[in-house]
Amino acid sequence: MVEFKEDVSIVLGGAAGQGIQTVEEILTRVLKLSGYNVYANKEYMSRVRGGINTTEIRVSSKKVRAFVRRINILIPFKRGVLPWVEKRLTENTVVLGEKENVEEEYLSKVNFVEVPLNEMAKEVGSPLYLNTIAAGVVVGLFHGDFEALEEYLRKRFGSKGEEVVLKNIEAARKGYELGVKLCEKGTIGIEVKRDENVKKEVLLSGTEAVALGAVAGGMNFLSFYPMSPSTGVAVFSAQHAEDFEIIVEQVEDEIAAINMALGAWFAGARGMVTTSGGGFALMSEALSLAGMAENPVVIHLAQRPGPATGLPTRTMQGDLNLVLYSGHGEFPRIILAPGSIEDAFYLTAEAFNLADKYQVPVIILTDQYFVDTYYNLPELDLSKIKVEKYIVESDEDYKRYKLTEDGISPRSIPGYGKGVVVANGNEHDEWGDITEDEELSRLMQEKRAIKKLETIRKNAMMPELIGREDAKYVIVAWGSTYHVIREALEVLNREDIAFLHFKWVYPLPEKVKGLLEGKVIIDIEQNVTAQFAELLKKEFGVEVHHKILKYDGRPFSVEEILDALKGVLE
Amino acid sequence: MISPLIFEPERPGSKDIAWCPGCGNFGIRNILRSAFAELNLRPQDVVIISGIGQAAKMPHYINVNGYHTLHGRSIPIATAVKAANPSLTVIAEGGDGDMYAEGGNHLLHAIRRNPDITVLVHDNQIYGLTKGQASPTTMLGMKTPTQPWGVFEEPFNPIALAIALDASFVARTFMGYFKESVEIIKKAIQHKGLAIVDIFHPCVSFNKVNTYEWYREHTYWMKDHNPYDREEAFKRAIESDPLPLGVFYIHEKPTFEELVPAYKRDKTPLWQRRPKLEEIRKILEGKKTF
Repeated sequence: MVEFKEDVSIVLGGAAGQGIQTVEEILTRVLKLSGYNVYANKEYMSRVRGGINTTEIRVSSKKVRAFVRRINILIPFKRGVLPWVEKRLTENTVVLGEKENVEEEYLSKVNFVEVPLNEMAKEVGSPLYLNTIAAGVVVGLFHGDFEALEEYLRKRFGSKGEEVVLKNIEAARKGYELGVKLCEKGTIGIEVKRDENVKKEVLLSGTEAVALGAVAGGMNFLSFYPMSPSTGVAVFSAQHAEDFEIIVEQVEDEIAAINMALGAWFAGARGMVTTSGGGFALMSEALSLAGMAENPVVIHLAQRPGPATGLPTRTMQGDLNLVLYSGHGEFPRIILAPGSIEDAFYLTAEAFNLADKYQVPVIILTDQYFVDTYYNLPELDLSKIKVEKYIVESDEDYKRYKLTEDGISPRSIPGYGKGVVVANGNEHDEWGDITEDEELSRLMQEKRAIKKLETIRKNAMMPELIGREDAKYVIVAWGSTYHVIREALEVLNREDIAFLHFKWVYPLPEKVKGLLEGKVIIDIEQNVTAQFAELLKKEFGVEVHHKILKYDGRPFSVEEILDALKGVLE
Repeated sequence: MISPLIFEPERPGSKDIAWCPGCGNFGIRNILRSAFAELNLRPQDVVIISGIGQAAKMPHYINVNGYHTLHGRSIPIATAVKAANPSLTVIAEGGDGDMYAEGGNHLLHAIRRNPDITVLVHDNQIYGLTKGQASPTTMLGMKTPTQPWGVFEEPFNPIALAIALDASFVARTFMGYFKESVEIIKKAIQHKGLAIVDIFHPCVSFNKVNTYEWYREHTYWMKDHNPYDREEAFKRAIESDPLPLGVFYIHEKPTFEELVPAYKRDKTPLWQRRPKLEEIRKILEGKKTF
């Protein structure tokens, strides 16, 4: 008998188009409604049919929110899945499913439990029911709430008629009973605690949190050109555009997308673009215009490995330098990188206030791993979101670029007040007209690249410190690696190691330096050249001592972080 | 009618005009001022989004809201300005290089999108600000510093292109005809939907072929032309010498702002709106179950 306690990692593997997403959906929703904490993440190939895609679902007593390498239960829907995940198999791994989907050489290495899914589906009436049966088996293993499963199937297949609903329920029951039997027979033992509170929690993905955060922050204009892995934000927004009463427009290219977002802000709306590295590269000219014209804009960039097309559906944190240095000329910008789904919601909302207040581009850096991850979380507090608008009424002699102490000129918009607003991408005087004056040119450069930047820096968000301030070691990381590092640290359970997580990546507040000095600094990032370590060096003259880097397009796992940390800690 | 003089800016930076003496841009500016005045528009209600080039300096020399942006990008910016606040009169303005070369793709898709904006193209068939290179509309055979052997690329025909794509309003004028040009610009602004006006004007410094005289001799005003007849409009559009002036084509259809979900129930400009938190709440509630 193979037993799993507290935390079970289930992996579904199959070809694109085989419907493993349906199984994933059933499992995550139904197990959450049964009171289990769930976490899910997928890795997939850039193709519409074939290949191998896998989804990891963690079902746990406590909240877990990170990717693990180990597979406890694997359900292969085709041959080739086991070799694809070979490194993640252990002698404890249980493989459930058809024998034909398991290569012979693995039969002795794993615990294979034959489940005749095809035959069972045939009994129900069609191979179409295979996925529902598979989902039923897993829900059965956890003695999940069958009523919830039934209700889910009714909702999901209701539009296809009662017959299809009933057949699916029958299929689910068959699977469920088999799952329960496997436990009763003692083939598999599962001991995960349920929590009543989890049932009332929301299941939200990184993609959804970015989109909902944006709308909560006042986004009412989204322009985009589809590009993985950023498109989900546009899809979600478009599907709810009528309810939100916002504009979501798919445009001819990324150049149009960002220029439209600039135009929306210029007229007082709150515009955003969603893109990935390649699309953002096309936006760099307009980013520079935003810098010069002091035109607010919010950019969501979901990173994937480059250069060029790279690995379109995989993950990396390789575009920090791109957003840090993008755009000709010198101008300030704000870079944010959420670490949790909650961060993605609140931080994206706040990005709009920041853009409005400082009149700069605000870039939200996520990545494929982050946008495709979801888990259950307690209710989001909408009362925490404040839409702060900084638009002023113009007078007859309105100066769009009035020189001020803090570098911020009160921003008016066309049609609001007695004056006219003149914005300009050429160097300009205070009214916005072209100038080539020496003194003015200098003052305007300083206004943007020094005064405004310093104003932002003074108000920048400090990193979150996890652990003791006097710890010998400090890990520095940013963005999506937050939970995987936290979980590794919980396992390590050492007092001499602290973690600084940066969700506000740039500009960094000066006080950060004090948190780094005298420490053994361990930098953890998903890129080749340790771009964030480079930024710390540039900003504070601080050198990191150890770098833990990953750049194969796959997310860090908890085990991987643990192994790497053990290598550098005394 | 209000006086065209209210469109004369009083800002210190608007007095030193960067156009050459005799430049057609002066004429276009005067045409615009009169058109605005005759339409009773107030400076604060009009927005000119310009690209880059001599034509694109217009926002500095006329008293309306302005945004002097990037080469080729005025159309997407203007589209969004109008969408964010449909009560504004929005004009995208630039030269032939701006609109037909660098911004060509945006022009194509703006025709498909049909925002209620006016696209004014100062078409002098040459690049002025960069000093005399060929533009997409430069005539075959013209020798320039960068095409010393003479231009061999087929000139771009913006009128035929726009009609082929079923643009909502397509016109051409020559700025040397003041009154007629004012009328055409007024019609273009009043037209609901994307209005494209190709405005011939001489570049006195770099185009020695297409002069004031040349335009007078090589153009004619269309009479008895039915702009609702697309085939007839297309026939006129491919005439080459003399070149027809006037409104070629009109096709009234729903605009971008009318079609986007944002304005289906509520006409409030976007900038005056608050986020729909109750809708977010509903979605989050749904995320608790399925």
